[in-house]
Order: sequence, then C-alpha cells, then structure tokens
Amino acid sequence: MKKILKYVIVDIVQNKIVLIYTFLLLVISLSVFSLENNSAKGMLSLLNIVLIIVPLICAVFSTIYIYNSGEFIVLLVSQPLKRRTIWLSLFFGLATSLCLAFFIGAGIPILLYHADATGFMMIAMGLCLTVVFVSIAMLAAGLARDKAKGIGLSIMLWMYFSLIFDALALFFLFQFQDYPLEKIMTLMSFLNPIDLGRIQILLQMDISALMGYTGAVFREFFGNSLGISLSFLGLSVWAAMPLLISLRRFKKKDL
Amino acid sequence: MKTTIGWHVIFLSLPLFFSLPGFAQGKTIPVGKSKPLQSIQQAIDLAANGDTVLVDPGLYKEENILVRKSIVLKGVDYPVLDGQHKHAIITVKAKDAVIEGFKMQNTGRSEIDDIGAIMIFDSYRVTAINNILDNSNFGVYLQNSRSCLIKDNDITAYGKSELQSGNGIHCWNSDSIQIIGNRITGHRDGIYFEFVTNSLVWRNASVKNLRYGIHFMFSHHDTYIGNIFEGNESGVAVMYTNNIHMYNNFFLNNWGAAAYGILLKDITDSDISGNHFVRNTIGIHMEGCSRIKLHKNIFNNNGWAVKIQASCDNNEFTRNNFTGNTFDIGTNGSLVLNTFNGNYWDKYEGYDLNRDGVGDVPYHPVSMYSMIIDNNPSALMLFRSLIVSLLDKSEKILPGVTPEKLQDETPLMKRLPL
Amino acid sequence: MIKANNITKQFGKLRALDEVSVSFQKGECIALLGPNGSGKTTLIKSLLGMVVPDKGDIYFNDKNIAGQWKHRDRIGYMPQIGRYPENMTIAQVIDMMKDIRKKDTAEIDEELIHRFGLPNMMHKKMRALSGGTTQKVSAALAFLFKPDALILDEPTAGLDPLSSEILKQKIIQEKQNGKLILITSHILSELDDMITEVFYMQEGRLLFHKKLSVLKEETGEIKLSKAIASIMSAQLI
Repeated sequence: MKKILKYVIVDIVQNKIVLIYTFLLLVISLSVFSLENNSAKGMLSLLNIVLIIVPLICAVFSTIYIYNSGEFIVLLVSQPLKRRTIWLSLFFGLATSLCLAFFIGAGIPILLYHADATGFMMIAMGLCLTVVFVSIAMLAAGLARDKAKGIGLSIMLWMYFSLIFDALALFFLFQFQDYPLEKIMTLMSFLNPIDLGRIQILLQMDISALMGYTGAVFREFFGNSLGISLSFLGLSVWAAMPLLISLRRFKKKDL
Repeated sequence: MKTTIGWHVIFLSLPLFFSLPGFAQGKTIPVGKSKPLQSIQQAIDLAANGDTVLVDPGLYKEENILVRKSIVLKGVDYPVLDGQHKHAIITVKAKDAVIEGFKMQNTGRSEIDDIGAIMIFDSYRVTAINNILDNSNFGVYLQNSRSCLIKDNDITAYGKSELQSGNGIHCWNSDSIQIIGNRITGHRDGIYFEFVTNSLVWRNASVKNLRYGIHFMFSHHDTYIGNIFEGNESGVAVMYTNNIHMYNNFFLNNWGAAAYGILLKDITDSDISGNHFVRNTIGIHMEGCSRIKLHKNIFNNNGWAVKIQASCDNNEFTRNNFTGNTFDIGTNGSLVLNTFNGNYWDKYEGYDLNRDGVGDVPYHPVSMYSMIIDNNPSALMLFRSLIVSLLDKSEKILPGVTPEKLQDETPLMKRLPL
Repeated sequence: MIKANNITKQFGKLRALDEVSVSFQKGECIALLGPNGSGKTTLIKSLLGMVVPDKGDIYFNDKNIAGQWKHRDRIGYMPQIGRYPENMTIAQVIDMMKDIRKKDTAEIDEELIHRFGLPNMMHKKMRALSGGTTQKVSAALAFLFKPDALILDEPTAGLDPLSSEILKQKIIQEKQNGKLILITSHILSELDDMITEVFYMQEGRLLFHKKLSVLKEETGEIKLSKAIASIMSAQLI
C-alpha cells in the first residue's frame, strides 16, 4: 500500500492543477486577511471558500484524476497487487495531497493571522471536507463508467450537498414550521457533511447569533465535547461510506 | 446637550457638598472594644444632630441599627457589621445622615419583608458612601426619599436564583437620587428603579447579576452616564418611562435566549448616545418606543445590533457605527416609521462616485434571513449556508419580504471616529 | 500452466467470451489470433484477472485465480497501449515496478532496457515519450522480472523494425528458456519464427487450437499468414 501511495502522491503533488489550487488558496487567504483590517471578517470570507470552493475542487479534481489514471490503474491491476490496495492508495494519495494543498494554501495563512479555536476548527473542517469530497469523487468515478458522466455526477453531488440539500431543508422548515423542529434539524445536519462542518465552524465563530433563541439547542448539542466528537464521527462516516461503496464496485469492475 | 449634562451633575452634587463629614459641626463619639461605648446603637442614641459616631475595627453583631438623626456614622478600617442572616443592618430615617466606611455582611432574608444592608426610608439628603456590602439580600434600599447619594459602595451577593435574591441598589418612589461609582454583582437586579425621578446614575459597574444590570420603570427624567453593564443574565431592561438620557454607557456580553444589551419597552422622548453595545445577543431591543434619538452609538459584534418592533415610531438612528454584527437590524413588520440616516454599516457594499463620503445607493440593513429566523428559529441551522446567502443577495436587489422602506439613504463609507 | 474451463463473459448484449476453454503449457509460444472483436483481449484480461468472467474457472499452476492476485507476480504483461503516470520519468516507473514486485537484483532482467537504449533517456517524463518509446518501456517492463508466463498484446505495434527485431529475438530466447508466451498480433508474417501454436478465436469462441506444424501440414502452406488465409477461405465455403 505504502509504495503505491507514495507514487500516487508524488504524481499528484506535481500536478499543475493541484499547484494552481494551492497557489490560488494561498493568494485568496493572504489577501482576505491583509485587505480586511479585521481578521474575523477575513475568516468569514474564508468560511465560504472552505465550505464551497474546497469541496468543489476536491470533488471535480479527484474524479478527473481517477479517470485519467484509468490506464495506470489497468497497469497496476496487471501487477501482483490487490485491487483494494490500488483503490485505497488512490484515495489516500488524493486525500493526502489535497489536504496538503489545503493546509499550505489556507491552513498556514489562518495560523499566521488567526491562530485560535476558530482557526483550528476552520482548518480541521477544511481537511475533513477535503477527505469527504475525495471519497464522494471516488464514488462518482466508481458509479459512472464514462468520464463525462462521472464528472457530471460528482458536480451534481457537490451541488446537492452545498445547495440543494439546504434548500430542501429550508422548504421542509417552512412546511412544518408549527412543529418543534430543532432536534430533527440537528439530526438532519448529519445527513450533509457541509452542514456539519459549517455548524462546527460557526459555533466557534459567529456564536452570537446562534446563542439567542433556539440556537441554544444547537449549541447545547454541537457545542459540548460529545457533540463535537459526534460531528467528527459523522464526518468520518461521510469519508468512509462512499469510499467503501466505490471499493466494492471497483473490486468487481472489468478493466 | 453638553450643557444639560453639566447642569444635572452640578445640581445633583449640591447635597453631597453640604453633607461631607468635614462640614459636620459637633462632637465625636467613639465606639469600640477598648472604648467606653461598645454598642453602635447606644452611641447613636447618645448622639445629637451634627455629631459623628466613629466606630473602631471589629465585629459588631447588632440587630438593625436605627439612625434617626442627622449624624455621621463612620467606620475606621471597615468595622464589620454582621446581620447574622436574620436582620437588616442599618435603617436610616433621617435627613443629612451619612453612613460611611463599614463592611456589612450576612443580612437576613425574608419572603414577606424586604431586608437589606442599608435601608433608607422617608429620608432627605442621606449619604451611603464607601461601604462594602457582602452577602446581602438587598444591598442599599431606598424608599420615599429625596436627594440621597449612594457612592463608591462595593455590593456583592451570591444569589443563586432570581426569586431568592434582592436587588443591589433598590429605589422606590424617590427623587433626585445619585448613584455613583458603585460596583454591584450577584444580585437579582444590579440597580432597580421604580417611580424614581430626576436622578443620576453615573460610573457604576453592574456585573454578573442574576437578572438585569439595571431595571427601571416609571422613572422619568433620569440620566445614566458611563456605567458598565456586563454579563448580566438578561442584560438590561427598562420600561414605561419618558425622558431618559443615556450617555457613554457600556452594554457588554449579554448572551442568551432572553438577554439584551438593553431592552427598551415603552420608552419615549429619550436620548441614547455614545453608548457601546458589544457582544450581545441583541444590542437594543425596542418595543413601543417613540421619539428616541439614538446617535453616535457603537454596535459591535452583536447577534442583532438592533431589533425594532413595528410598534415603534419616530425613532431616529443617526451617525452610529454598526460593525461585525451578524444582523444589523431586525424587525417584525413591513411598516417603517423610524428613520436611519448617516450611519456606518460595515456590510454596506455600495459605492461613492462623487467621493463625498456618503454612499450613492441606500443600504438595507434588514436581511431576509433574519426575518426567516424570527418566524422560524430552527432555520438557524442554515446560517451562512450558500442557499441563505443567495436568498439574501437576491432580496437585497429585489426586496420582497423585507421592508423596502427600511433603509439608510445616506450610509457612510467610512467608520465614524467614535 | 494456464488452464481455463468454459469461461464466459458478457458485456451487455455482447458475448465477448463464450464457453472458452484453454490449456497452455510451459515452453510454448502461442499466437492468439482472430478478427477484431473476437474476444482475444477479453481472454487475456481474464487470464490477468482484470476482467472477471461470469462463468468458468481459470487456473494458474493448478490454482484458481478468482479473487487472487499473487499469481500475477509470475506473469509479465505488455499492454497494447501502455499508459503511465505522466509526471513520472522512465527511471521512476521502472523503480516503481521493481518496488511493487520486490525482486532481488539477481532476478531482474534488464537486457531489453539496455538493448532499446532506454538508459539514455531515463530522466524523461512519460508524457514526453513517443508511442514507440512508450512501447519499449512496456516491453522492457514485461520482461524485467523474468516471469514464468508472458502475455504480450500487439507487442510490435508502433515499434521501429530494429526494435521489433530485438523484441522478437528476446521472445524466442525466452521461449527456449521454457517460458509460456502468449502473443496477439495482427501482423502474422512476423509470428512465423516465434510461435509454436495457434489459438484462433471468432465471435468469442475458440475455433481451433493447434500446433503450428500441424496447421501448416493440414493446409500445406509454409507461411502462417497463408495457412490462416486458407482456413478462413475454407470456412467461407
């Protein structure tokens, strides 16, 4: 496993797109922090990057990379290697390199300008979402045989998690607004890794608005160490499930 | 405006000037273990108007010392008066009496009577200065009094629930009272006014009380300057009052479902300026308020800087700084009878082509999402999600839900130097 | 050495392999022939475990390979079009393969690397290589670990005549060393010197599997291409 992983990482790290992604993150992070004299406001801008851009890039890049590695995968499969090893190496290779890119591009500026609980949570969630969306990309690539369909599918999944899910949640809230929905909403947030990440970062950051009203319910649940642990557990499940499903498919796949 | 403040201060300071110990003519009666008199009450009974009763350090367990004369009761190095969890400590029914330099502790507690450390009834020009009140039910309790001064007292209680705890400084049906430089913590309400008029509350710190930092009603023509209200369970709430003046106060860190920097209910014809509202769930909550001028206030890092109910009218928000608030203005109706002019809003995204420092397009401080949360608090889960940002952006361009008229026509491009 | 019993593989409506049974022995060099789409590549991929047959079993040295991967250690595979991670140099690819196979240097056969002149361009990135050079790398890799069985898919396609000849020599040499060699090729003329048997497929089925000598005898032809042609025409009649 280690060997393949090493080669995959070396390959991705040299990839131009990943270099551009790292550089872009770095430029954005440094500029939001240096343009805003208030680093808290810079963090707000970064929040959108972490919740929207990072998942999108991770999903699309990973999907494309897997399809482009098709022949390489064929080469590896003809070698004395377990398919499981190959697939997991690809996953960990992508996850590691993209995490590294995120850490250099966004993590280091955050540590420089905003090294507190909020900053750490932001970095942790950025890394978690990176891993989750690499996993989702593996699923998309595993489900669709053809490259265009695979990329389409992974963009659809990203759209679903970043926009459609929340729109549905909002719709649901309005339909049932006469009922107490806090607990259901808390459970619902576990169905979307982006929501989990967002709530955890916001609890560190914009606590003021969340603390009034029923924000107390979310805070009580997500704010204590049990809630934080459950959130991370939820994100781990989100990282593992799509990967395992795609792995099962890959094991049976004809190459 | 400045002249008004000055006038208030000078006028209200007059009684202080006349009642200072130095001006008291008369003899001094010492009390202490090594002195002829060991009982404070005895010394007071012996004293005549204008005398000074000087109390040595030590522990005194007397039941409710009663002062009915114009005397100065003064402690040396804070003699301790202990109420033994049964009694009030000093009751004053006099004019021109001074209570100074004591440590009073462990008052009684009663369901029926209000029991406190310094009880002032039907008095005129009484001064309580520089005392330490520890574990009292009520700290200083004033009733039917005029022109009294409560200054530099340190008032601490350890109340656990609102119901079992008294107020730090409690004033009822009084006039021309001055509350200056006191530090109050752990009581139900730090300062409580009911039917208290023409009074001054200046430079007090009311911190971590169980309910409100200051709570008043029917207390007209009062002035509040330079006080700090921080971390009180429910912030500050004031009601049914006209002509209040609030300058340069600090309303800080009031978090929670029902906590406000300040709750204004049925307040009219008032002036609120130069105050700091920082890190409150709601900076100012206004209900049924009219003709309040709010200017040069700082709203920073609040959940809602201002929540203004549709029952408010003719209030003016001018030249305030709104920075780092999650929501600037919240409201519950579409009727807009209040004006916002020349404020600085850090969320303003307009432009200033003629470079006069005023933005060329109006700013709409009410976000759609804040209205959604108002109706449907569970929607908080979607806070700062992409869908909510998109809805908010489109609402800003084409207002549909939010009150279109609620806008600042002349938003400032730069933060005011406040 | 390699045996398969009645393997069947369906891709959608297309039946790529239909009850194909094979038995390949050591020291044989088998030409896998047949028109396009006759199932040659699917058969090769099945033997390598890259395609999982719907039915039937495949044995390598009498062991069923279903779900196994270790037997590939004994197989050298040269794909029709080799594609490698673009950013790696030739040296890195070769190192990686060595890494994967964990062989001692004694068990490594670098003859082709040297004869193809690859050492001079070891530092070149894979994406910068021509198709022919990439084929050379693929060929060199297939022979690198002295495998017991070699599966070569169109080995000479894209190679210049000189390199083609080098590769042919190598194949013959390995055959004499007692290895099993499986070749698919469209260029029948170049197979004459190398192969010992012909495995002819059509529409997913095995048409015949005969020794080259027998085939030539039956058809009376000297050249493989002629022999095949005569069979095809006989079939048409």
